[in-house]
Amino acid sequence: MDDLKLIVAPSPHIRDIDTTEKFMFGVVAALLPVMAASIYFFGWNAVRVLLLGAAGAIATEAIFQRLRKQPIRIGDGSALVTGLLVGLIVPPSLPSIMVVLGSVFAIAIGKQVFGGLGQNPFNPALVGRAILTASFAGAMTTWTKPFDVVTTATPLVVGEAASRVPDLFFGSVAGSLGETSALAIFLGGLYLFYRGYLDYRIPLGVFASVIVISLLTGQDPVFHLLAGSVLFGAVFMATDPVTSPITKPGRWIFGIGIGLFIMLIRIWGSYPEGVTFAILLMNAATPLINRWTRPRIYGQGVKTSE
Amino acid sequence: MRRVRSFFGGIHPHDAKKRTTGTPIRELPAPDTLVVPLRQHAGLEAKPVVAKGDEVLKGQLLAEAGGAISAPVHSPVSGKVRAIEPRAHESGRSVTAIVIENDHNDTWVETKGHPDPVQLDVKAILKGIKEAGIVGMGGAGFPTAVKLSPPKGTTIDYLLINGCECEPYLTSDDRLMVEHAEEIILGARLMAKVLGARSILVAVEDNKPEALASLRAKAGNIEVVSVPTKYPQGGEKQLIQALTGREVRSNGLPYQVGTVVQNVGTAWAVALALRDGKPLIARVVTVTGAAIGEPQNFMAPLGTTMEYLIEAAGGFAVTPEKVVVGGPMTGGAQFDLQAPVTKTTVGVVAFGEGESRTPDSSPCIKCARCVDVCPANLLPLKLEAFGMNERWDDAHDYGALDCIECGACTYICPAKRPLLQYIRFAKMEIIARDKKPS
Repeated sequence: MDDLKLIVAPSPHIRDIDTTEKFMFGVVAALLPVMAASIYFFGWNAVRVLLLGAAGAIATEAIFQRLRKQPIRIGDGSALVTGLLVGLIVPPSLPSIMVVLGSVFAIAIGKQVFGGLGQNPFNPALVGRAILTASFAGAMTTWTKPFDVVTTATPLVVGEAASRVPDLFFGSVAGSLGETSALAIFLGGLYLFYRGYLDYRIPLGVFASVIVISLLTGQDPVFHLLAGSVLFGAVFMATDPVTSPITKPGRWIFGIGIGLFIMLIRIWGSYPEGVTFAILLMNAATPLINRWTRPRIYGQGVKTSE
Repeated sequence: MRRVRSFFGGIHPHDAKKRTTGTPIRELPAPDTLVVPLRQHAGLEAKPVVAKGDEVLKGQLLAEAGGAISAPVHSPVSGKVRAIEPRAHESGRSVTAIVIENDHNDTWVETKGHPDPVQLDVKAILKGIKEAGIVGMGGAGFPTAVKLSPPKGTTIDYLLINGCECEPYLTSDDRLMVEHAEEIILGARLMAKVLGARSILVAVEDNKPEALASLRAKAGNIEVVSVPTKYPQGGEKQLIQALTGREVRSNGLPYQVGTVVQNVGTAWAVALALRDGKPLIARVVTVTGAAIGEPQNFMAPLGTTMEYLIEAAGGFAVTPEKVVVGGPMTGGAQFDLQAPVTKTTVGVVAFGEGESRTPDSSPCIKCARCVDVCPANLLPLKLEAFGMNERWDDAHDYGALDCIECGACTYICPAKRPLLQYIRFAKMEIIARDKKPS
């Protein structure tokens, strides 16, 4: 026993098996139903957009990590997730160069300039979409019908009368790649919840406030939930851990706030869709929400006799 | 049935207790040489009352309490004092120890027991506990007699006997409850008498059905409560919260909410001290881990070295990567296996390759799992960042000093961040700064 080499390290000495990588690839797995649905509805265009989105994000991440003389961590899956998300929230007909630009902006401006993984205040994929929307307003609002190359308007522009709920539910409507099929999004969300990667408070908060405000303003709540980016945004964007609150009450506030801004923009704003800016706005409020909702520490504020 | 509430947070680590749950406690023969440290408890070191060359009997006083918060130590065997010198200690620092050469005669010092010690008066019981050198045997080592003497005028509603053993791997308390339920219940009654406690609750995690049954068979009118298996269920404040719904004030002590918590091992030692007149000179130690040949629960004389214990448990089956005294969540890693068993040594865990991972950390993704599991309801990720950036005021404001150092945050972190290390760092700095005269 004399020449034993023992590791001396502080407790705890055992660790959970879950890792950041598993988390990221869990999100990729949860995106499989929406990716499959997008390919089913939009064919090769979907494959093209998803591949370019992912490749652009991973390459940008690697280049930035290289420039910043950091270890290259593209294997952790976080750039892949951002790239796929960018692909899933743009129109299927978007020119390739714009898809790549969206991914580059998402990683470069949305994430790396703030210090990389975990440091960004805003959801990177949504930063990418916001920049694309501002730069290429035309291309970003040119929608194609599923199984077709004919351009058309989204249900949000056409109005609820023209859309049938079953179409919105299964996804055979015009829209961004991953945002049309409520069923696919629901399956992915269920998987994230099952794996413990999603706090139900955020999506439920979004849904609750969208429904309540729809009812208060005399609009159809089912239409507002199913049309556009609400479901996808609430399940895959708003639940990004990095940019959402760390406290449970904070997550309710965050979700409800997103729903509120979505409806404000949809009803009174000049954009037909408000999910991107609603989430980005609440991302900005996250540090404040964390501060307001600090949990009561065990033993503090307790009255006991001396 | 008592309604068991939950404490905040908590985790469910793989407990690996199967290795030794069914293994009866084996009496470990004392080695030729025993190393009895003067510090086996919280508080001041004990003061030796013997000198080099003295003949001592088993159970004879070796060192008396060094102050109000301290405890005496006794000889685990009969033999001769070979030296009083600094020796390896589980804390990693050397501590003065009385080294005894075992004469293998096992000649006991004269003992004075009492067939029915519950009849004794409070003073006599307290004196017996103090003189037997009994300290909190769950690991904290706080002198029991002191803990049983809250300020005058305090009403104690509950004496909680802690048999949770929520630390993974360990089974020493479990086996003690299975095999020595009678002594644990007797010890509980004795301590309750001292405290004037209105009721006694014995809490055992529901992953120990045998222990629950064994205690219930002996408990009489004492309530034995099955509590959910969740780490750190056996944390003092957590157990109080789960069983009584009361919360100990920040920086306060359990007696302020009318509760006192004692470990089952402590109760057992109290019974032996009063009934048989025997001081605390041995304890149950689980020797386990993937690197151990035949994992065991030993009744080990205090002063037995880790090396001797491990040899007795079949030695190393494979090369150990890490040897920890205590449990995997809170235990201390050892570099010298000459450190001896003390009153607080609940177990020795020798991890095999890959069993105890300290993986590389990656950036925090703010998933807030650490927040979800923190039993003190802290924001560990914030505290870590404050510690890293030396923002002591913020760390203090966010409750760094309320951290119980259970390690749940660090266990659960998917980015494998050293959360607890930075929180400990912040605590040390805050305490050091507060001590400095301004």
